[in-house]
Amino acid sequence: MIQVNEEPLDWHEGMTVRDVLRARNYRFPMLIIHVGGALIPKQDYDTATIPDGAVVKVIHLISGG
Amino acid sequence: MSQLVFDPAKVMNIDYTQRTEYLEGLEAIQAAHKVLKEITYTPSLPDKGYTNRTLYVNVDTLEITEKPVTQQMKDVFIGGRGFGLYHLWNAVKPTTRWNDPENEIIISPGPVAGMTQYAGTGKSLVVSLSPQTDIPIDSNVGGFFGPLLKFSGFDALELQGKSDKDIILFIDGVKGIIRIEEAPTDPVDSHVLAEVLTHMYAENEADLPNISVVSTGAAAEHSLIGMLNFSFYDRRRGCVRFKQAGRGGIGTVFRNKRIRALVCRGPVVKGNLNHPADPETIARTGIKYHKEIRENDGTQCMMRRNGTAHIVEIMDAYDLLPVHNFQFGSHPDVHRIDSAYWQQRCTQATVDGCWYGCSMACAKGADGLVLKTGPYQGHMVTVDGPEYENAAGLGSNCGVFDPDALLELNFYCDTYGICTITYGTLTAFIMECYQRGILNKERTGGLEMTWGNFEADLEMMHQMARGEGFGKIAGLGVKKMKEHFIQQGWGDPQLINDIGMENKGLEYSQYMSKESLAQQGGYALTNKGPQHDEAWLIFMDMVNKQLPTFEDKAEALYYFPLFRTWFGLNGFCKLPWNDVVPADNASQPEPQKVPEHVQNYVDLFTATTGIRITKEDLIMQSARVYNFQRVFNIRMGKGLRLHDAAPYRSLGPVTREEYESRAERYDKQIVDEMGLDPVGKTTEEKMALHREWRTGRFSKLMDAVYTRRGWTLDGVPTLDRLKELGLDAFPGVVEVVKQHLS
Repeated sequence: MIQVNEEPLDWHEGMTVRDVLRARNYRFPMLIIHVGGALIPKQDYDTATIPDGAVVKVIHLISGG
Repeated sequence: MSQLVFDPAKVMNIDYTQRTEYLEGLEAIQAAHKVLKEITYTPSLPDKGYTNRTLYVNVDTLEITEKPVTQQMKDVFIGGRGFGLYHLWNAVKPTTRWNDPENEIIISPGPVAGMTQYAGTGKSLVVSLSPQTDIPIDSNVGGFFGPLLKFSGFDALELQGKSDKDIILFIDGVKGIIRIEEAPTDPVDSHVLAEVLTHMYAENEADLPNISVVSTGAAAEHSLIGMLNFSFYDRRRGCVRFKQAGRGGIGTVFRNKRIRALVCRGPVVKGNLNHPADPETIARTGIKYHKEIRENDGTQCMMRRNGTAHIVEIMDAYDLLPVHNFQFGSHPDVHRIDSAYWQQRCTQATVDGCWYGCSMACAKGADGLVLKTGPYQGHMVTVDGPEYENAAGLGSNCGVFDPDALLELNFYCDTYGICTITYGTLTAFIMECYQRGILNKERTGGLEMTWGNFEADLEMMHQMARGEGFGKIAGLGVKKMKEHFIQQGWGDPQLINDIGMENKGLEYSQYMSKESLAQQGGYALTNKGPQHDEAWLIFMDMVNKQLPTFEDKAEALYYFPLFRTWFGLNGFCKLPWNDVVPADNASQPEPQKVPEHVQNYVDLFTATTGIRITKEDLIMQSARVYNFQRVFNIRMGKGLRLHDAAPYRSLGPVTREEYESRAERYDKQIVDEMGLDPVGKTTEEKMALHREWRTGRFSKLMDAVYTRRGWTLDGVPTLDRLKELGLDAFPGVVEVVKQHLS
C-alpha cells in the first residue's frame, strides 16, 4: 500500500509513477510529483519505480479559471 | 495523465474565407447618421503607461470633457478596475440603481495594457452598477478597444446619462475628433453591426485593424444579462471578431443608455506606444517568456493549439465538469465536445490572439458554421471559441453534446449580446426545474426544456432577443426566476433556492465546487459574485490536499483573489500567468504561485511605470482596490455576510440522485469526516447529515476568511485594516463602514 495525496492506493512490484497516474486517472498535464520527498522529473514518469509504503504527492498546478 | 497529440490531417476542410457579409447597406446606414456633437482634442500617447487624462461623455447632455488623472488615482487605484471603481464611486449615490442616469459604464485598460512585448497585455476592465446584483460589477475583456483608447489619449472612458435616441460615440485618436452621432438605422446584432462600423470608420483597407467597436445585441434590450462585445480585426480571416465583457449585465446598461456602439480609431500599433520607463527590461522579459511558451506549451496545456477548451476532458476526468445544472461532474458523451473534437473543428492554420504580441494566442475560431435557426438561418458565420466556459455552460451543464448546436448557441449568445456563462447556468436551472415539475410545457409557453433539447434552448434564446415569451422570463437571470417561480407557487421554495446557482444575483461559472470547500469560498466570498477569476483552488484543495485547515484555505482565499485582482488593475490577462510554467517551476518554492512569472509581473510594472515595486507591494496594491470594492458593496446596501451565502447545490448534494450517484464518496465522508456510521441510514438521513456538516464548515470558512482579510465576522473591513491600506483618507469610506461597526 502507498499513500497518494493522503489517500491509500494498492501497491504492486515495479509500480511506476505512470502507473499511479493511470490508477488515479490524473490526466492534467502540469504536475509536480514527489516520491518520498524526492522530486521526480517528468521524463522519468515511465521508469521511476515506487517502493511499497511510499508517500507520493502529485501536485496539480492551478491552471483552470 | 494524457497528452493530446495534434494531427493536422484530421482538421476539417473548411474554407475560412467564406462567410456571409453584411456590407451591402453600409452607405445607407451611414447616410442616416446625424452628428449630434463633435469636438476636437489633441491626441497623445501614454508616458510610462499613463496618458494622465480620462474622457467623460454624458450621452444625455452630450457633454464631452477631459478629466485629469490624479496622483491619488494612480497610487490607490492603479488603473483598469481600480479606475472604474473610483469613477463609479464618485458618480453614484447609495440609492442609485442600474437604470438610473447617474449610473456609469467605465472602460479602463490599465497602465501596462497595450504593451506588445509580453503575452496577454491587451485587456481592459469594464465597471458599472449591475442590473443583476445592484452592486459594482467588473468584467475583464480582450479585443482592441482598451489599448486603442489609451493610444488615442485616454486612460479611461466614463459613460453617463441616458440618451433618448440610439447613438454611436466615435473617438478618432488619429485626427483628434470625438463625435456623438445619432444612429437610427444601424443593425442591432453585434456580428453585423461591428462589421458595418469597422468598415464605415476605417479610412481604407489598411486601416481596418486600427478600428475597434464595442457593441451588444438584441437580447441586451430585453434582459438583465446583456454582454458587451469588444471587436478586433482578424487580418488572416479578413473578418471582425470579438472578445466579451460578459458578466453582470453591462450590455443591458449600455442599451438602457441607448448606446448602439462605441468606435475607436487608434494609431497603427507599434511596440513603443506605451512609452515605458525601461523598454530594455520589458523586451528582455518578453523574449524570455515567448521562449518559454515555444518550448513548453506543447507538452503542457497546449493553449496555442486548443485554447481554454483543453480542460473540458480534464474537468470531466476529475468529476469537476458541470453536468445537468451542477448535479454531476462527468458525462459519457463529453468526448463529443472535448478538445480532440475542437482541434478538428476549429480552423487553426495559425495560432490566434486577441492582442498583438500574445504568444499564448488562445483565441480560437470555428469557421464555416451554417446556422440552422433564427434570423440568420442559412448564413455562414465564424464562431469565436468555443472557450471552456462555453463548452461547459452551454454544453454539458445543459446536456447538450451536439457540437454544431453548441456552436450555434455560442454564436447567438455573442451576436445577441448574452453572457454565455450566465446563459448556460440559467438554462441548466430551467432544465432542472422542468425535470422536477417546477416548470412544464404550459409554464414555458410550449418549450420542452428537457436535458439536451437544443432546439428548445435556441428558441428560448431567440425569444429572449425578441423580448417575448418564456425567453423574457429567462432573461431576468436565476435570482429573479427563483423569486418568480416561488411567487407563482410552482414548487418547493427550498428546492428552488437550493438548485438555483447564483450568489449575490450573479450566476455561477462552470466548475463543480461541491468537493472543494476552498472553492466554495472562492465563488461565494467574492466581491462581484461567483466568477472564477478571483480564485480557482479546486486542485490545491480537493486533489492535492494542500489546504487541510480552515486557516490554510483562508490564506489561499486571501492571497489568490488579491494576486488575480492585480491583473485587472493593469491590463493583463490571467492565462499567461499559469497556463504555461517555466521548465524549472517544480523546484521553486510555492510552485503553484509560479514565482518566476510573479517576478515577471513585478518587473513589467516597474519597467512600465518607473515605480519600483516588490511582490509584496503587488498584493498591497490589489488589497486597496479589493477592500474599496467591498466597502462600495456595503455602501450600496450589500457586502455583508448574509450576501455571501451560497446555494446549497454549490456546497453539497441536494437530491437523492446526486447522493446515490456518488454514494461511496458521501458514505465515506460520513465515516471519515463526521465520525458516524452510514449503515442502516436512509439516503435522506445521510443527506441531512451532509447538509449539517457542509453548511457548518462553510460558516467556519467564512469566519476564517473574514478574519484573514481583516474584516469583522459580518464581513465588514475594520477601521484598522482601512488605515493600514490608507483607505481611511478616501472620502466617505470610513463613514460607510462605521455604520456597521459596533
